[in-house]
Amino acid sequence: MLRQYETVFILTPVLSDIQMKEAVAKFRDMILADEGEIVYEEDWGLKKLAYPIQKKTTGFYHLIGFKANPEFIQKLELQYRRDERVIRYLTFAMDKHAVAYAEKKHGPAKEDAPIPVKEERSAPKPKVPVLDEDIDIDIEMEEED
Amino acid sequence: MATSSEIRFLNPPTVEVKKKKYCRFKKAGIKYIDYKDPEFLKRFLNEQGKILPRRLTGTSLKFQRKVAQAVKRARHLALLPYVTDLLK
Repeated sequence: MLRQYETVFILTPVLSDIQMKEAVAKFRDMILADEGEIVYEEDWGLKKLAYPIQKKTTGFYHLIGFKANPEFIQKLELQYRRDERVIRYLTFAMDKHAVAYAEKKHGPAKEDAPIPVKEERSAPKPKVPVLDEDIDIDIEMEEED
Repeated sequence: MATSSEIRFLNPPTVEVKKKKYCRFKKAGIKYIDYKDPEFLKRFLNEQGKILPRRLTGTSLKFQRKVAQAVKRARHLALLPYVTDLLK
């Protein structure tokens, strides 16, 4: 039984571009080697951290959305912990709402048999903002009595 | 002897009309809160980066739990700070 997961890891900024791509490829190959499939991938590049981790203030963020067996997650996280290039990681088991959100953002996942009902919906935009601006955003800070 | 009609106030008593709070997630039909979007999550944080209570934001319990979970994930990934000053 494959489940959909999302994993984000932060690599140390001391790596060169090639070393960074190599590290990413290592984890990508791990997923593929274990009967998993990659649904989408995002490279956020070098980002500033909100607080220092291991005395570093920046890091390479990389996100992979994938399907894998639940047993695989332990293996993946073990590799994260052993790999010195990874300074932080998060793996997240997606529920149906998360999957729907990711599909909207990245375009529908390629299924073996495309469901014709889905075609009726308007074509998904490549990048949908999380919230439209028309939603009230002000949070009232007034005192309660 | 003052009857009630003769009572004068120095400042007219303000009767506040309270705006009813609502859960924005229920209203907008949002089912999933993304932990990868710190700018959105900042709406639920105060200036120190603490999660605002439901009584101020009006979020329903179901979504408050999801907001809290998303904020904590974002903090772990250093997208949001654990402690700070002047976040906004």
